[in-house]
Amino acid sequence: MDIIALTALLAASIAAGTAILFAAAGELLTERSGILNLGVEGMMLVGAVLGFIVTVNTGNHWLGVIGALVGGGIMAALHAVVTISLRANQVVSGLALTIFGTGLSGFLGKNYEGAPMLYQFKDLNIPVLQDIPVLGPIFFQHDIMVFLAMILAAGMWYVLYRTSWGITIRSVGENPQAADAAGINVARVRYFCTISGGMLAGLGGAYISLVYAPTWQQNMTAGRGWIAVALVIFALWNPTRAILGAYLFGGVEALTFRLQTMGIHISSFFLVMFPYIVTILVLVLVTIRRRQDAGAPEALGLSYDREER
Amino acid sequence: MLKRIPAIEMSGISKRFPGVSANDNINFKVYPGEIHALLGENGAGKSTLMSILAGLYRPDSGKIKIKGEAVKLRSPGNALEAGIGMIYQHFRLVSNFTIAENIILGTKNKKIGINKEQIESDIRSFSSSFGMEINPADKIYQLSLGEQQRVEILKMLYRGCEILIMDEPTTVLTPGEVKELFKILRTMAEQGKGVVLITHKLDEVMEIADYVTVLRSGKVVGDGQISELDKQSLTRMMVGRDIVHSQAEGKKQIGELILAVDNLNVKGVRGNRAVSNLSFNLYKGEILAIAGVAGNGQKELIEAIAGLREIESGSIEYEGEEIQHYNVKARAVLGIRTVPEDRIGMGLVPNISIMDNSILRSYLQDEFKKGFLLDYPKIKEYARQIISDYNIVCSDIHHPVNYLSGGNLQKLLLGREIDGNPRVLAAAYPVRGLDVAASEDVYNLFFHEREKGTAILLILEDLEDVFRIADRVAVMYQGSIKKILEVENTSIDEIGSIMLGAEVMGEQYAEV
Repeated sequence: MDIIALTALLAASIAAGTAILFAAAGELLTERSGILNLGVEGMMLVGAVLGFIVTVNTGNHWLGVIGALVGGGIMAALHAVVTISLRANQVVSGLALTIFGTGLSGFLGKNYEGAPMLYQFKDLNIPVLQDIPVLGPIFFQHDIMVFLAMILAAGMWYVLYRTSWGITIRSVGENPQAADAAGINVARVRYFCTISGGMLAGLGGAYISLVYAPTWQQNMTAGRGWIAVALVIFALWNPTRAILGAYLFGGVEALTFRLQTMGIHISSFFLVMFPYIVTILVLVLVTIRRRQDAGAPEALGLSYDREER
Repeated sequence: MLKRIPAIEMSGISKRFPGVSANDNINFKVYPGEIHALLGENGAGKSTLMSILAGLYRPDSGKIKIKGEAVKLRSPGNALEAGIGMIYQHFRLVSNFTIAENIILGTKNKKIGINKEQIESDIRSFSSSFGMEINPADKIYQLSLGEQQRVEILKMLYRGCEILIMDEPTTVLTPGEVKELFKILRTMAEQGKGVVLITHKLDEVMEIADYVTVLRSGKVVGDGQISELDKQSLTRMMVGRDIVHSQAEGKKQIGELILAVDNLNVKGVRGNRAVSNLSFNLYKGEILAIAGVAGNGQKELIEAIAGLREIESGSIEYEGEEIQHYNVKARAVLGIRTVPEDRIGMGLVPNISIMDNSILRSYLQDEFKKGFLLDYPKIKEYARQIISDYNIVCSDIHHPVNYLSGGNLQKLLLGREIDGNPRVLAAAYPVRGLDVAASEDVYNLFFHEREKGTAILLILEDLEDVFRIADRVAVMYQGSIKKILEVENTSIDEIGSIMLGAEVMGEQYAEV
């Protein structure tokens, strides 16, 4: 493989990883507040179909993006009501929303099946930086959404670890009793993080239907929502590691295509498995070298009831 | 003379939980500069009342006034704004966070970013102004319980609390730390802050409090200035009758050696060495108490004896036979029975019935089997027997055990183990969280067992109990037994100083 092909592969990795990065960043925020959202896949699909429908009908892809944010946000709001206010099991609610989102998106998109997306995001080639050899084409010749995802994940790291909002969010995920006793409104923080997380999942879905594979097809996210959930664990709940992880998984996806066209005979099933195998390996390593302060938020998946005795 | 305005005035407070009236029409006042003890047995409603004041629970009825003004406390946030801070028995600290992060948690901050160094140096100087030396960059999980408590106090002071409520603050502290704490509380009271101390320990009330309110079964049964009350009358108010402490007198017949632990090393949960080079002998018909600050390897020691935790090196000999490689069941069959610290988690299965829990150890025995099925009629009879033999109060043996109170849980657990005719009975914190009457019942069971010649090993937290119950006391410090003493020949101060690592005998704390 020559340098040009490699550059193209790496650039494709970033494009392929962007949808995962949006969804993973959203899930990371949600989980940091202690809520496990397994409905990411469903929320991505609803975001993808709404983004597509709104864009086709209005001719404005930014309105499509807003549609996707609203769709993902509404789905996540359902999850929030069920798990935060009604304190139902988070796993059950999340799985139900994935199944629901899969069906709903198929239903809404029935008349758009296979239609092409005509309104495209243009590549936003960053002046000067794009001319750096090798690095320029890899990092700086993408559409605006790719940059948005990077900035978002980096910004999320700053907010979580360098601001008092971050301390608030993390404390709610680690120990809601302590946060409550310190005067923090636990439910409000969890609602905020869950709904924002769902909106980002919707955005990730829209990136697929509007930019990455500009069309609508039923089930077109093809498990990326699940990769996003796994990626949060892979990243040990740290947004900067999530960026690397998203592009790594994006790279695996891009590689799958290239290898097939290059006629290298590795079963495509194996390559599709690869991200999950990596996730399992990372989980094993994480469990072996467990450090007190680098792991899952302690209260992840647990509902909080102030008067529980 | 001006009439003083109470810092806090609660009137007519009632709160019901399903099936219990936790607070019934309670009136309660705290004045600035006062250390006010809220005394009562477990379940008397002390914590509930204070949780209402801290905004955690909402009262069903009643009014709260702060400095004469009526307020509604809807959340802990409201209460903090009103200057009321509560320190719970289980600290509300985020263990993965630093001290500084915990202290600023929930405070209003205008700037978006935070300057770690600035905040840490602020907190350092703030804490030393109260005579507490801490390193704000330390993580909570690195701290001892006493240090964590200091962080909680600092957190409340930092947020400008005028009223500090502490729920059973001395339970986790060594005698020395208790004195430190009392000094801090005195200082706070002198600065005009009100302190409420929730406790069931009479001695503490007599030592530190200015005023006392006594609760029983959710009602105020008495209050007054400490200077006008004595222990006897407080006990009567608290329990509703006089408690006669039972003590099996004078006929200690220490028998032959039954359990010899030699040079034992055991690793703790975090891979640290929890028990190191520990040795002791246990004789038939004696009660050997282990005293020590919690977290000095007591839990790991009991687990090693039970066979729940693998040992690194050393030996445990039972009647001359090395048993350290036997599993839990084999040891139980030999007659070594243990009662863990965590009753409901390790001792009993919370969601299954009292009946099923009663045969957890013995369900494989032939008497409970009918072919390969369990013989339920017989098990029922057996469970009823246990309940009547050990005085367990319950409505139905088919109810899950988590409906039982702490005392009844402990009696069920102990009853089950004693019923297996143990020759060595080891128990960790057997009366933790139990009220006076239930503790007496539990101790009486141990006395009875001792008379039968059983060797008893108890991990106790209350040194006064050690002197009342035990024949010998082994003081544990940093994983090993520093000294074994006859209780007749030692004092609380001596044990207290060994618990803290003092090598010299007789070193004593100056009275505050």
